[in-house]
Amino acid sequence: MTAALSRRDLLRTGGVLLVGFALPASALATPSSVPRAKTVDTTEVDGFLAIHQDGSVTIFCGKVDLGQGLRIAIRQMAAEELGIGVERIAMIEGDTLLTPDQGPTVGSTGVMKGGVQIRQAAATARQALIRLAAERQDLPADQVDIVDGEVRPRSGEGRSFGIGDLVGEAGFNLKLDPKAPLRPPASYRVVGKPLPRPDVPAKITGRHVYVHDFTLPGMLHGRVIRPPSVGATLTSVDEASVRPVKGARVIRLRDFLAVVAETEWDAVRAAGLLKAQWSDSAPLMGHAAVRDAMKAGPFVGRDTLVNTGDVAGALEDSDAKVLRAEYFWPVQSHASMGPSCAVAEVKGGSATIWTASQATHRFRPAFAAMLGLPVDRVRLIYLDGSGCYGMNGHDDAAADAALLAKATGKPVRVQWSREDELGWDPKGPPQLLALEGALGSDGQVTGWRTEMWLPKATAGLPNVPLLAPQSAGIGQPMGLITGLINQNGDPPYAVPAVEVTVNWLADAPLRPSNIRAPGKIANTFAVEGFFDELCVASGLDSLFGRLRLLRDIRAIKALTRAAALMSWRPRPAPNPIPGIGRGIAYVHYKHSETYVAIAMEVAVDRDSGKITPRRVVCSHDCGLVINPDALKLQIEGAIIQTLSRTLLEEVAFDAKAVTSTDWASYPILGFADIPEIMVDLIDQPDLPPLGGGEAAATPVPAALANAVFDACGARLRTAPFTPDRVKAALPPPA
Amino acid sequence: MPATPPSKARTKAPSPASQRTISLSLNGTATVIAVTDPNQPLLYVLRNQLGLTGAKFGCGKGQCGACTILIDNEPARACQTPIAAVADKRVTTIEGLGSVKAPHPVQAAFIAEQAAQCGYCATGMVMSSVALLARIPKPSLDEAKRALSGNLCRCGTHQRILRAVMRASGSAQP
Repeated sequence: MTAALSRRDLLRTGGVLLVGFALPASALATPSSVPRAKTVDTTEVDGFLAIHQDGSVTIFCGKVDLGQGLRIAIRQMAAEELGIGVERIAMIEGDTLLTPDQGPTVGSTGVMKGGVQIRQAAATARQALIRLAAERQDLPADQVDIVDGEVRPRSGEGRSFGIGDLVGEAGFNLKLDPKAPLRPPASYRVVGKPLPRPDVPAKITGRHVYVHDFTLPGMLHGRVIRPPSVGATLTSVDEASVRPVKGARVIRLRDFLAVVAETEWDAVRAAGLLKAQWSDSAPLMGHAAVRDAMKAGPFVGRDTLVNTGDVAGALEDSDAKVLRAEYFWPVQSHASMGPSCAVAEVKGGSATIWTASQATHRFRPAFAAMLGLPVDRVRLIYLDGSGCYGMNGHDDAAADAALLAKATGKPVRVQWSREDELGWDPKGPPQLLALEGALGSDGQVTGWRTEMWLPKATAGLPNVPLLAPQSAGIGQPMGLITGLINQNGDPPYAVPAVEVTVNWLADAPLRPSNIRAPGKIANTFAVEGFFDELCVASGLDSLFGRLRLLRDIRAIKALTRAAALMSWRPRPAPNPIPGIGRGIAYVHYKHSETYVAIAMEVAVDRDSGKITPRRVVCSHDCGLVINPDALKLQIEGAIIQTLSRTLLEEVAFDAKAVTSTDWASYPILGFADIPEIMVDLIDQPDLPPLGGGEAAATPVPAALANAVFDACGARLRTAPFTPDRVKAALPPPA
Repeated sequence: MPATPPSKARTKAPSPASQRTISLSLNGTATVIAVTDPNQPLLYVLRNQLGLTGAKFGCGKGQCGACTILIDNEPARACQTPIAAVADKRVTTIEGLGSVKAPHPVQAAFIAEQAAQCGYCATGMVMSSVALLARIPKPSLDEAKRALSGNLCRCGTHQRILRAVMRASGSAQP
C-alpha cells in the first residue's frame, strides 16, 4: 500500500464503489472511504481491515454473506479483538479489487476459515494499537487494553487514545501475525451474543439492494434464449421477428442468442417474439435411466478411500449375518427463489461485473479470458442475490451479462426466467452407494464395505464451465465440478474392518456443481440408514447401537442430548404402535469438523404413503459459537431444505432438456409440512469455530428414513421419499 | 429451456389506445402512471418505472409469492396483474407499509424474529402476513400456515416466519 493517500483519493474511490445505487440503510456503518491502492494481500493486516480517523473500521472480506449470517458473525469476531462495537464496523464483501482472496464461500468455511483469518488480522491490529499507545505513554504493553474503541491504561490512570488516532489512513503496513494472541473466551463481550443481522431490517422493508435491483445509467436489459435441447446449435435467426418491440436488438454470437432492449418488459417481449431455428439434439439419458447408467459407466478410475481390517474375512465369515443394500440420491437443483441476475459493464478495456457469485476471485480469470481482457482489468463485485446453496445460475447470468455488455458497449442487466433457473442451473450430481455389513454372533458390527458410484471432478479445473462462452464458441477449460462428494462414506463408529471404494464416472447426467453439503447428504443417508438396518437386524435400539460404538465424547454428547430432548426410550424398531415413528442419525462432518445428531418424529399414512415430519431435534457442536441466533437459523434452514430435498426433489429431464422447470414440476416443501424444530447448540468456547451452514443438513435424510421405518416398517433407500415409494416399501400387513 | 414466452395477449404491440395513463392509489398516494403496454405486469412497472424494488420476480407464474402486493387490501401477485387491471385501485407494496426506521408492526415482528436469510421471499411473506392479520387478527398456527401456503422459501426460514406472524398477532409463538 502506498503510504501517502490524500483524502480526495480515498473519497474518489469510495465514490466509485457507491455509484449507481444507494447502499441499504442499515444500523451499522457503511464504508466512508476506501483507499484507492488498497492491498488485497492475505498476509497484510491492511488487506483485511482499515481503521478510519473517526474510529470506525472497514473489514474487507473475501467471503460473502449469502443469507447465512457472516455479515454479523465476522463483524463480531473482529469487534471482539478490536475492542469496539459491531456498529462501528462496515464490511465490504467479495470485491476482487478490494477484498483479499479468501477462497470461495463454499464448504461451510465462512467463519471457520474466512472469519478466523479476519479475526487474526484484527488480533494483529490490536497488538499494534496497544504497542503504539503504550509507547506514547511509556507504559509496558501489558498495562494497556482496548475498551470501547479506546486504547487505555488498564490502571485507569493516564491518557486514552481513540483507535483512529493511532493509525492514519495509510494503514498498519504490518504483516498479519498468525501467532498474535486472541482475547480469551472468558472475556468475550461480543462473540457468543445473539446480535441481530444488520441486513434483516432492509430485507424485511423492501429496501435491501439485491443484484436484481441494481441499475446503471444507460443500462440495457438482456434476455438470453437457451436452446430447446442441450447441445443444440443455432441454425437460423429471424431478426425481424422482434421488430414489433421498438428498440429491441438481437445479439448472436454463434449459438449464444440474446435480445437486448431499453426496458425489461421490452426484453421479455422480444425474447418471446424471437424466432430461431435450432438443430436437433438429444444427448441426455433422461432421469429415469440415471441409476442404471451409474453402474454401467464409462469409468475413469477407482479409488480405495478407506481400508482397515479384514473386511473380506468379516463379510465371508459363515457365522456372520450379512446385510446388503443400495442407496440412491437423484440429481437436484439449487432451486433458488429468485432466478439468477447480474449486471455488467465493459468499456475502455476493462470490465466490471456485479454478481451474486459465491466465488468472485475464483471466476475472475474465466471472465477475463471470455472477454479477452487482462485479469487485472476485470473486477467482480459481489451483491446479494437470491440464496444459492452452491453454484446456481448466478455465475452463468454474470457471464451472459458480460458478453452482452461487450457486444453492445453498454451496461447490461440479465435476469433469468424461472425456466432458465430450474432448467439450466448446474445441478447437484446423482450418487449411488452399495453397502455391506457383517454382524457377529453377539450383534457387533464386524465388517463394513461401502462402494460408491460418483461422477469424478476434473483435477485442477478452476470453475464450473459457463454456458455463455460455451455457446458463443469461446474456449474455456472443460470438465466437472462437484465439490468433495466422497466424504463421510464410512461409518463414524468403531467397526474393526471398513472398506470404502469409489468408482469414478467419466460424466454426470447434467452439468454438475457443488450443492449444499456436497455428497455428504447422500453418503450420510446411506451410512446412517444402513447402520440403522444393522441395529434392526440385531434387535438393538438405534441410539444404543450407536453409542456403544462411539469413543468420541463430543459425538456421544450430541447424540445423547438430541435423544434426551426427544424423550427417547430405548426399544428396537419398528414402533409397536404403528403410524408414528422416531429416528436418529449422526454425523461428524468430513470426519473432522462439526458434530451433529438429529432425532426426528414422523407420522406415516399407510394408505396414502404420505410422510409428515412432526418434530425435529438437532444437537449441534461446531466448536465456538459466534452468534447463536444466526447459527440456529442456519441449522433450521439446513434441516427444512434437506427435508424438502429428501421428500420431494428430483430433477426430471428427457433426452433433450430438463422438464421440471417450474414450482409445479419441481415442488419444494411448503408451510403445510414444516415440522416443529428445536436446535440445541453445544457451545465449546475454548475450541475453534467450525462450519454451521452444511453439517446439519447431512443427517436429515437418514433420520427421516429411520423414523419412517420405525413408524411403518418401510425402509426407504431412494430419494425422494415419494408416497409411491413408501407404499412399495411397506411390509404386508400382519 | 427457452426464456418464458409471454402470453399472447401480453406480446401485442402497443396500440394508440395504450398511449394513456392510469390513476391509482399507490401506497396511499394518488399516482398517475404512463402506460405503454396495458398488458405489462404491474411487477415490472413497480420495479423499473417506479423504483419500488421490494416486490421480487420469482417465477412470473404466480407460483411462489415473491411479488406479493395488496390490491384493495387483498394479496395479489404483481407478476400476474396487468398494469391496466389496477386502474382506480388501491395498491400497497412493501414500501408502503413501513421503513427501516419506522417499520410496520408486522415488519417489526419479522425483524424481531430475524425471519429472513437471503430474504428474497421476505417481502412477499410480509405482505401475505399483513393480509392474513387484517382478515384474522389472531390466527391459529394452522391458519397462518394456510395463509402462507402460496409463498415459497428456499432458505428454510419458515419457523421464524410463523413465529413472526404469531408475534405480530400477540399470540403465543410456536
